[in-house]
Amino acid sequence: MLTSAVKARVSGLGFWYGNVRALHGLDMEIRDRKVTALIGPSGCGKSTFLRCFNRMHDLTPHTRYEGSIRLYPDDIDLVAKAVDPIEVRMRIGMVFQKPNPFPKSIFENVAYGLRVRGARSRALIEEQVEKALRDAALWDEVKDRLHGPGLSLSGGQQQRLCIARALATDPEMLLFDEPTSALDPIATARIEELITALRERVTVLIVTHNMQQAARVSDFTAFMYLGELVEFDATSKLFTNPGRKATEDYITGRYG
Amino acid sequence: MLAASGGVVRRKRFDRLFVVLGMLVLIAALAVLLALFTDLVRQGAARLNPDFLTSFASRRPAQAGILAAWVGTSLIMLVTACVAVPVGVAAAIHLEEYAPKNWLTAIIEINVTNLAGVPSIIYGLLALGLFVYEFGLGQSILAAGLTLALLILPIVIVATREALRAVPRTIREAAYALGATRWEVTAHHVLPYSMGGVLTGMIIGLSRAIGETAPIITIGALSFIAFLPTPPFTGEFPFLSFAWLGDPFTAMPIQMFNWVSRPDPAFRVNAAAAGAILLGMTLLMNGLAIWLRHRLRKTFQW
Repeated sequence: MLTSAVKARVSGLGFWYGNVRALHGLDMEIRDRKVTALIGPSGCGKSTFLRCFNRMHDLTPHTRYEGSIRLYPDDIDLVAKAVDPIEVRMRIGMVFQKPNPFPKSIFENVAYGLRVRGARSRALIEEQVEKALRDAALWDEVKDRLHGPGLSLSGGQQQRLCIARALATDPEMLLFDEPTSALDPIATARIEELITALRERVTVLIVTHNMQQAARVSDFTAFMYLGELVEFDATSKLFTNPGRKATEDYITGRYG
Repeated sequence: MLAASGGVVRRKRFDRLFVVLGMLVLIAALAVLLALFTDLVRQGAARLNPDFLTSFASRRPAQAGILAAWVGTSLIMLVTACVAVPVGVAAAIHLEEYAPKNWLTAIIEINVTNLAGVPSIIYGLLALGLFVYEFGLGQSILAAGLTLALLILPIVIVATREALRAVPRTIREAAYALGATRWEVTAHHVLPYSMGGVLTGMIIGLSRAIGETAPIITIGALSFIAFLPTPPFTGEFPFLSFAWLGDPFTAMPIQMFNWVSRPDPAFRVNAAAAGAILLGMTLLMNGLAIWLRHRLRKTFQW
């Protein structure tokens, strides 16, 4: 089960905000169609790391990447200057901490990525939107009000809408940045189920504050501390038999 | 009883005092405006009729009207809006979404704000030299419209930037994460969601411009005009004519200024009536701004 192809290889990845170094030479492999969780205390750089994968940092001035994240099978370096961040974001979707649907209709929210990619055929867009909403386990709840505002949905539904929006364009990889931290336990459980199901078709990278969540949804877990990767292993191994003292201290709640 | 409860009674007294004080100031300010308006309407009542709107200026006060003035003002506002809004909104978008945050941008930003405080007569003098003589536009509607556009440009820019800034970062990130370009994020999301604020800024700017007298006197508005500009619509192809842009003009505040400076007191009635109408136009524009803001706020809520 744990021997799937490598989807992305991170080597010597460093990241700078101006003169502040946020990530120090990370090395790890992201497995294809598996869920990889990033855990660690606040400020350890896990969100910064996640945002390297879709070049969100390019929107902030005075930031700099070092090293590489090679995406397979095409073997392109996601953080290379020569690679257009928009090309990267066309292939790697993201779901944010707080649900952030556009103040448009449910349908238009999901269709937006397709429209950006130049989709014109009404029938094709409708088909893709329905598929994405089904994949995000939201279709049954919204099929009668597709043209109602996305912001009228509950928090958990809004987050699933954001997942559908990211899925509509068939990304190769999905990034989740603490997707349930603003949700109640029931909505959280639904998102977790969804992430587990998504593994069938997309590589998932998830940042979470919640260690039980990492243990529940992920196949691999990386523990980060102070911008460094402390330990990276199969989730079952990392949580039951951590190799490093720092990891053990963190997962048993001694700090963080 | 808590030991601190005595302090609460005393502190809440300040609360009430402030409420009363604020209310008084507000009432005083509104009462002045209301008194001004009713006084204008009362004085001008004799002339507030349809004839007043459809007659040209005349030597006989009872026959004089504001036809040329309100047509002139409307056309000038049209030119002003067509110039100031696209330029102002584009400048704001550039400053807010595109410009790198460096010293040059900072200097531009500070100066845009400073420009809003420049006295309007200075704009008039600039326009006289630049538009009227240098560009050879003459004492025309186009020159007046451009002058007022220049005057309200800072207002439009500042208001638009505020509106753009109110769009949450998370919305921009959502669009970028889907692969949108900077232009797509601006055109599909940021600008539509901030349209309420943009329109408000535009109307506040225009209601400032509508009452401006000094700059258009400086560039040479006529105070006695008994003809209308060339009509913008024509019977033959291409049906639109822009000849009116080059026509001489007068405007509401100029007409008023002319009437109050006449010795015959009967003209004051005309001035009062014109003042009431001008104030009405301004209030109407502000009302429109409030309505638009209210409507759009209901559409976009975070």
